[in-house]
Amino acid sequence: MSFKITSSPHNRISRSTSEIMLLVVVACIPGIVVQAMLFGYGVLVQLLLAIATAWLAEAMVMRLRNKAALIRLKDNSALLTAVLLAIAIPPYAPWWLIVIGTLFAIVIVKQLYGGLGNNLFNPAMAAYVMLLIAYPLQMTQWLPSVSLQPESLNLFDAVCAVFTQYSCSGFSISQLQTGIDGVSMATPLDTIRTDLAAGKTLTESLQQPIFYGIAGAGWLWVNLAYLAGGLALIKLRVIGWRIPVAVLGSLFAISLLSWLAAADTNPSPLLQLFSGATMLAAFFIATDPVSASTTNKGRIVYGVFIGLMIFIIRKYGGYPDGVAFAVLLANMAVPLIDYYTRPRTYGHKAKGAGK
Amino acid sequence: MSDNTNSIRELTVQGLWRNNPGLVQLLGLCPLLAVTGTVTNALGLGFATLLVLLGSNIVVSLVRNVVPSEIRIPVFVLIIASFVTVIQLLMNAYTFGLYQSLGIFIPLIVTNCAIIGRAEAFASKNAVLPAAIDALMMGLGFMLVLVVLGAMREILGQGTLFDGADLLLGDWAASLRIELFALDTQFLLALLPPGAFIGMGLLIALKNLIDARLQQRQSQAAAITRARVTGAAQ
Repeated sequence: MSFKITSSPHNRISRSTSEIMLLVVVACIPGIVVQAMLFGYGVLVQLLLAIATAWLAEAMVMRLRNKAALIRLKDNSALLTAVLLAIAIPPYAPWWLIVIGTLFAIVIVKQLYGGLGNNLFNPAMAAYVMLLIAYPLQMTQWLPSVSLQPESLNLFDAVCAVFTQYSCSGFSISQLQTGIDGVSMATPLDTIRTDLAAGKTLTESLQQPIFYGIAGAGWLWVNLAYLAGGLALIKLRVIGWRIPVAVLGSLFAISLLSWLAAADTNPSPLLQLFSGATMLAAFFIATDPVSASTTNKGRIVYGVFIGLMIFIIRKYGGYPDGVAFAVLLANMAVPLIDYYTRPRTYGHKAKGAGK
Repeated sequence: MSDNTNSIRELTVQGLWRNNPGLVQLLGLCPLLAVTGTVTNALGLGFATLLVLLGSNIVVSLVRNVVPSEIRIPVFVLIIASFVTVIQLLMNAYTFGLYQSLGIFIPLIVTNCAIIGRAEAFASKNAVLPAAIDALMMGLGFMLVLVVLGAMREILGQGTLFDGADLLLGDWAASLRIELFALDTQFLLALLPPGAFIGMGLLIALKNLIDARLQQRQSQAAAITRARVTGAAQ
């Protein structure tokens, strides 16, 4: 009888890349469902388009690179990129927008840099920023939540709207964007920024119908759903706690400070945390294992940087949300962060710790 | 004589392909990336750069034995700046629309490293004729890259080719404008600087791919000869 001797850890879960990616996609589902219920079925159409494009693009590039396409497709990373991008863009954006975006994410941001594991930037966010710069109008056409839409759109309407920009009964997107009272409605964050720039106070801005609830109609529930999915990912140890906690903590801290200092021009910390893409960013986007920092200390620095940048871009920038730019800027800083936060090697003393 | 034609061919290959200022030396990237939004702009700036390069290379080559090497750089810059001024005034007079749309990038030709690079590396060491041919080929190579990049960006960005050609070539050229496809919304990325960087990267990649293929073919040809040698040793 022989004993098998191995070194610790003895009890470990070894998950393949494919399983991890799939779990992240699954954790997105509550958020997607809530988004579809509260903001219309457009997001489902976008998801289908994005996933189909991503698989085709990945298979095509693998062909070009003389690699087995099927194995690469099974790692689900293209699937995750497609899902994140489809969630992030406006639900009724024209069909070619998501196709161009996904192609850019897979072919240029991921594969041209050497494929999964070699990309400097988060593919979904880089594609989002590309689309935002290339098509600013289409990328800011967010419809208000279903309860405020003048016409309710069913699934067929959603397909019609994505492919023709008109619902089956002939309403254009800009008509749908206009509320019952004839006022065009953007997202809560967008509205606040425009109003503050126009000299209104925050209290005046918050009178509008889209601010029904804490963080704008519908947005609270979407963010809560992503929060739930994200917590599940932490519980399953698919992602670490450091990045989400650092992102949310720093965003909370700085928005609390600014709100206490000038409550008339700064939205409350709760609105910052539960509006826009905050939760999606903290749990699903910033935690991308390829483009995020790899050391424990570094992950905290990286998360804090993202949180602060989200606040700064939302407050001073000219775009509907700051998440994508914040994540890309942090991606650029990752090599530097990793360099300065390398952990002490076992057996070596920390720098400056005595003789 | 045959030596002379050889060197002309060598200079041509160097300027247009192997040592192309845009794709290989990566010089003069600032105008390359900034003005290649349309073919017309690219052609206009490429032609202006070509003329400046030709003039400066000839003059630098003429004065190469007179100028002390300690002050050669200021002298080269003065020569280049004079030619740029001439070109700028000519464009102001004859192609005013283009002059306005190229704006600051015409005077900025002075700072184009490709030009001072050729003056320093080639014209100051060679006779007038080779210097002129070198300038012509380098200028053509640069213009070629500008035009290809301009065409890529114009097609992707607004779906046209030769938009505004009348600014460069006179009123008759307005009919040159080709509308390849009608876009409801312009693809702004292609028209903005980031699109220029991405397009440039793709062009360089394409050139490297072609070079790699050529090399592969050559080494295959070499492999066949080697096989014959081993066959003889049997």
